Amino acid sequence: MRHVAIAYLCYNSNSMTHNYDLYHQMLLIRRFEERALAEFSAGKLFGTTHAYIGQEADAAAIFEMLNSRDIVWSNHRCHGHFLAYGGDPYRLAAELMGKATGLVGGRGGSQHIHWRNFYSNGIQGGIVPVATGMALAQKVQKTGGIAVVFCGDGTLGEGVLYESLNISALWQLPVLYVVEDNRYAQTTPVEKGLSGSFRARFEAFGIKTFELESSDVLTITPYAEEAVQFVRDNSRPAALILHTYRFSAHSKGDDPRDRDTIAKIRAEFDPLTIQAARLTTIEIDQAESEVSMVVDAAFTRAHADPFPVL
Amino acid sequence: MPTVLERLNAGLQHVMEIDERVYLLGEDILDPYGGAFKVTRGLSTRFPERVLTTPISEAAITGIANGLAMRGLHPVVEIMFGDFVTLIADQLINHASKFRWMYNDQVRVPLVVRTPMGGRRGYGPTHSQSLEKLFMGVPGLRVLAPNSLSDPAALLESAILQEEGPILFVEHKLLYTCPVLEIGKADLIDLQFEKVSDQYPAFIVRIAGVPQAHLTIAAYGYNFELARAAALKLAYEYEIFSEIVLFSQLSPFEITPLLESVNRTRHLLMVEEGTQTLGWGAEIAARTAEVVSNFKCARAAALDLPIANSKTLEDMILPSAEKIIQMALELVK
Repeated sequence: MRHVAIAYLCYNSNSMTHNYDLYHQMLLIRRFEERALAEFSAGKLFGTTHAYIGQEADAAAIFEMLNSRDIVWSNHRCHGHFLAYGGDPYRLAAELMGKATGLVGGRGGSQHIHWRNFYSNGIQGGIVPVATGMALAQKVQKTGGIAVVFCGDGTLGEGVLYESLNISALWQLPVLYVVEDNRYAQTTPVEKGLSGSFRARFEAFGIKTFELESSDVLTITPYAEEAVQFVRDNSRPAALILHTYRFSAHSKGDDPRDRDTIAKIRAEFDPLTIQAARLTTIEIDQAESEVSMVVDAAFTRAHADPFPVL
Repeated sequence: MPTVLERLNAGLQHVMEIDERVYLLGEDILDPYGGAFKVTRGLSTRFPERVLTTPISEAAITGIANGLAMRGLHPVVEIMFGDFVTLIADQLINHASKFRWMYNDQVRVPLVVRTPMGGRRGYGPTHSQSLEKLFMGVPGLRVLAPNSLSDPAALLESAILQEEGPILFVEHKLLYTCPVLEIGKADLIDLQFEKVSDQYPAFIVRIAGVPQAHLTIAAYGYNFELARAAALKLAYEYEIFSEIVLFSQLSPFEITPLLESVNRTRHLLMVEEGTQTLGWGAEIAARTAEVVSNFKCARAAALDLPIANSKTLEDMILPSAEKIIQMALELVK
């Protein structure tokens, strides 16, 4: 809890602007994902998507701590990370639609995007050694940057992750392993997929580990800051385990979880509701208005774009 | 005459000297051991910062090398035995070979994975295979195999420094001790060579001063040694004259030199050490049949069995010069 206290000390001085920015960031992710899901339901999008709804506080907190030299690897659920990285919602929307103007020209789609130092791939576990290798590149090229890779609770079932932890600890690589435990690997609850403890998995390799359970961005922020700073200052790996909730289905629909339970969780742990309590009604309306315009413009413009050809 | 192994070692040393972006990663590659087959011997002493010995984690080291390659370095991974490429399939197929295209040509992945394949050393079912066929036809992945006819160092150096995409570099274990051939010497005295393309050359090998050949033998890597021995015996003992088409690049590959040869000979025999079913030879035959009509073909390949430890069984399972001769006689009769 010490970290939480530090966070309030840090941010209270300009809490109006900063709280607004964090809310705005999370709202952009929320509305983008809702729009994508709605367009899939309406048959306007083809393929698949994995919504970040419910987990927005993780991205908002972590990306605040990164700079342009840092490398980010994300997974199938990458839209929130990409938007928090500062990516253009229009280019992302165009990529979801398979348009020539998409981030990777329609070749990758929802799960396979790249922009600047941001990469994502749809293979569980396989991105972990690649990110670890990029951390080695950062180290030998003396860039001062670190690598961050996002995993889920389900990724902890993949063996190559542990190979990577072993090597990054041996070679003292500046990589932050972020585990977003949204408690379900697709439909499999974590208690059916994971034995032992999250934390011990990383600590077994001597990796400095931060763990917390929160949907409050201001609670997560100081942990994210400390974890990123540890990696940056020491050129050593760290793990940041964030226990969170995913409110929507794993993918587009077909959520076998109990609706009432999800509704109760959402009522208590919605990062937007938690953060909105720190804003005025005017600020909330202003954020809603700005974000709606941005998301609508992104999808409308992308729909008008051409499809690629070989 | 240097051996293939000595040339591979020299090639690695040379690229590490001239380009600081080259890194070696692999298991047990540090001196004094210098790698299970000694291809990296001496390198960790000369370049201690850039030769990284790793845990037994083939998938992770290939993934790490992917990351290095995408950030402007030139990593070379040694997989101790070719059989272990199953462990890196995800990194090669779903990562390295896809990144450039999937990210719309915005990244480059100059990664080389070297690995010894092949049997005949009595290592048994999991240390003797030729699994390269599993990686042929993967878009974005180049598969190369050195041979004794073109300088293995040049092939490897080109793969490490001239490429923008991932390469699987397949070294047959028995090829390591073979001398790099000098044209006009030893058993090459009666042979002529036509080199096709420069970077990863294919060769058409003919016996000098004999009538028109009636057989084309397609081969790569160590099997060129067997094919050459068979071709010479077929000529001297049976007066059956053949042309060998020797490939360095297995996938993707330019088949034109082979088509021209088969158009002349009308008989095609493929020699490979991988299992026969759905193998390299099948693709060669299909590509040839799409263009050339009225030819006969056969495949000398490993039987569709695991490779046995016992030498008698291993010899029965793998192709040999004698089997090539028998199949050639059957094919052209």
